[in-house]
Amino acid sequence: MQADQQEGFSRQKRSAAQWTAFSLLGIGSLFGFFFLVFILIWIIKQGAPAISWEFLTTKPMDMDRAGGIAPMILGSVYLTLGSLVVALPFALGSAIWLSEYAWKGWWVRAIRIGVNTLAGVPSIVFGLVGVGLFVVALNFGVSLLSGACTLAMLSLPILIRAAEEALRAVPGSFREGALALGATRWYMIRTVVLPTAIPGILTGSVLSMARAIGETAPIWFTAVAFSMNQPYPTSIFSRVTALPTHLLYLTQYNPHYNVTKPIQYGTVFVLMIVVTLLNLTAIVWRTRVRRKKAW
Amino acid sequence: MVERAEHREIDVAKERDSQVDATRAWVKRTFYGETIIDIWDLDFFYGKNQVLRNVSLGIPKDGVTAIMGPSGCGKSTLLRTLNRMYEVVPGARARGRIVFEEEDLLKTDPVVLRHKIGMVFQRPNPFPKSIFDNVAYGPRIHGLRNRRKLAGLVEGALRRAALWDEVKDRLKDSAFSLSGGQQQRLCIARALAVYPRILLMDEPCSALDPKASDRIEHTTRELAEELSIIIVTHNLQQAGRVSDSVAVLLAGGELAEFGPTRSVFEDPEDERVANYLRGRFG
Repeated sequence: MQADQQEGFSRQKRSAAQWTAFSLLGIGSLFGFFFLVFILIWIIKQGAPAISWEFLTTKPMDMDRAGGIAPMILGSVYLTLGSLVVALPFALGSAIWLSEYAWKGWWVRAIRIGVNTLAGVPSIVFGLVGVGLFVVALNFGVSLLSGACTLAMLSLPILIRAAEEALRAVPGSFREGALALGATRWYMIRTVVLPTAIPGILTGSVLSMARAIGETAPIWFTAVAFSMNQPYPTSIFSRVTALPTHLLYLTQYNPHYNVTKPIQYGTVFVLMIVVTLLNLTAIVWRTRVRRKKAW
Repeated sequence: MVERAEHREIDVAKERDSQVDATRAWVKRTFYGETIIDIWDLDFFYGKNQVLRNVSLGIPKDGVTAIMGPSGCGKSTLLRTLNRMYEVVPGARARGRIVFEEEDLLKTDPVVLRHKIGMVFQRPNPFPKSIFDNVAYGPRIHGLRNRRKLAGLVEGALRRAALWDEVKDRLKDSAFSLSGGQQQRLCIARALAVYPRILLMDEPCSALDPKASDRIEHTTRELAEELSIIIVTHNLQQAGRVSDSVAVLLAGGELAEFGPTRSVFEDPEDERVANYLRGRFG
C-alpha cells in the first residue's frame, strides 16, 4: 500500500519535473524564434519605406542626408566577391591536401587546430592584422584589395571546412575505380573527386560570402573611405565603402544622426535581403544537388 | 630475352627448393601449363593482423581462375594484392614475391601495373559521368584525346562487355541511368578499354539479381578467350560454371588447394576443403 503510494507520488513528481523542464525549454526556444521575428518585422517596417529605385541606384547626397546607397551595395559586392577570389584557391588547396593526401601525424592535427582556431578569432583582430599586413607591409594601402584580402583570411576556415566536407563526401568507390584504371592520385582528384565535390564547394562559398558581407571590423581600417570624393571604386586600389560600414558611419560618425534614420534602416534592410538571398541560394543549391545525387 | 626468362625461372626454383614445403608449392605452380602471375610466399598484414599466410600459387595464363573460401579468409585481399589496390588502406602491408612479366609487381610502379591489370569491384562503381566518359576514362589517362579513336575504343569495349546494343543510342546519358547489372557491365567495359592483360573481378555479381549475374558470367566466359581472368567468389555454383581452375583459401589465409575446377570439386586433396565444399553444397 505504502509502496504504491510512494510510486504514485514519485511518478507525479517526475511528470511535474518533466512538465516544468519541457515548458522552460519550449519557452527558451520560442524566445529565440520571437526575437528573430521581432528583428525582421522591425527592420521591414522601418526599412521598407526607404527602398526605392532611386535609393538603390544613386550615390549619397547632401552629406548622406539624401540620395541612395548604390556605391555601398557595389562595394559590398566587390569586397565579398574579391574575398572569395582570394580565399578559394588557398581553401581548395588545403582542403584537398587535408582530405586526400594527409592521413595522420601531428602536423596535420596542428593544421586542423589552427584552422579551427582561426574560425574563433574575433573579427577586429583580422582587421588589425589586415592593416599591418596588407595596408602597411605589402603596401596595398587602404583599398578594395586590402579589404578583400582581410575578408579572405576571415572566410578561409569556413571555406576550408566546407570544401573538405564536400571532398570527403565523394564515395571511396569512385576513387578506387579511378585508381584501379591506372590513374595517378592527382589525376583521380582532378577528374573524379573535384567535379563530384564542386556543388558542395560552391554551396560553402555562397555561405562564406553571406558571412563576409555582414562584417564591419575587418574592412573598417583596411578598405573603407569616409569622405566620398570618389564614391564608385575605379580599381582594386580604390577605397570603397560597404553596407555595414556605411551603417556604422551613419549611426556613429555622421552629425545628422536623426535626419538619416530612414537611410539607416534602408541600408539594414538591403543588407538583410542580400544575406537572406545568399543563404537561400545555398539552401536551394544543396537540396537540388542532394536530389540529383544517385549514389 | 627468352633465355633470361628461363634463367630467372631456374633461380626462382632454386630459391624455392631451399624452403621446407617447396615440393607442394612447386606442384601447385606447375600442374597447369603456362602461368601469368607467380605468387611466392605471400604474407599479408593489416597492421599486426596477418590475413594471408605463405601463399604460393601460379595463376594460369589461359581461362578463368576462381579464388574461393569462407568469408574473412583473405580472398579479396589476395586479389587486391595483385594490382596493389590494398595500398589505399593505411597499415596494409604485403611481404613476398609476385612475379608478373618477369618483374616483382610488389616493387614496380602501381600506376603502370594497373594499366596492365584491370579490376571490377563488388558493387558497380561507375563515375558520375556519361556512359561514354566512363568507358573513355582509362584511354584518356594515357592522354588519348582524338575523338574518333576514343569513340572506336569505347564501342569496342562496350561490345566486348556485351553492353553496346543496350546503350549505343544513349552514350551521353548518365551512367546512373543504367540498371545495376548494366552498370556492372559498364565497369567491365571501362576496365577493358585500356586492353589489360589480366582482369580481376571481386565478387562482381554479389550485388546483382540472378538474371544480371547470369549475363555477367556469360560475358566473363567470353572474355576468357582474350585475357586472363581472376575472379573472387563465395558462390560455389558460380565458380563451377565460370572457372577453369580454382584456388581455395581457408580461414587464417592459408591456401589449401589449387587445381582444375573439376578435380578440386570432385576430389579435393585436402580434408578441410572437402568439408567446406560439402558444407556449401549441403
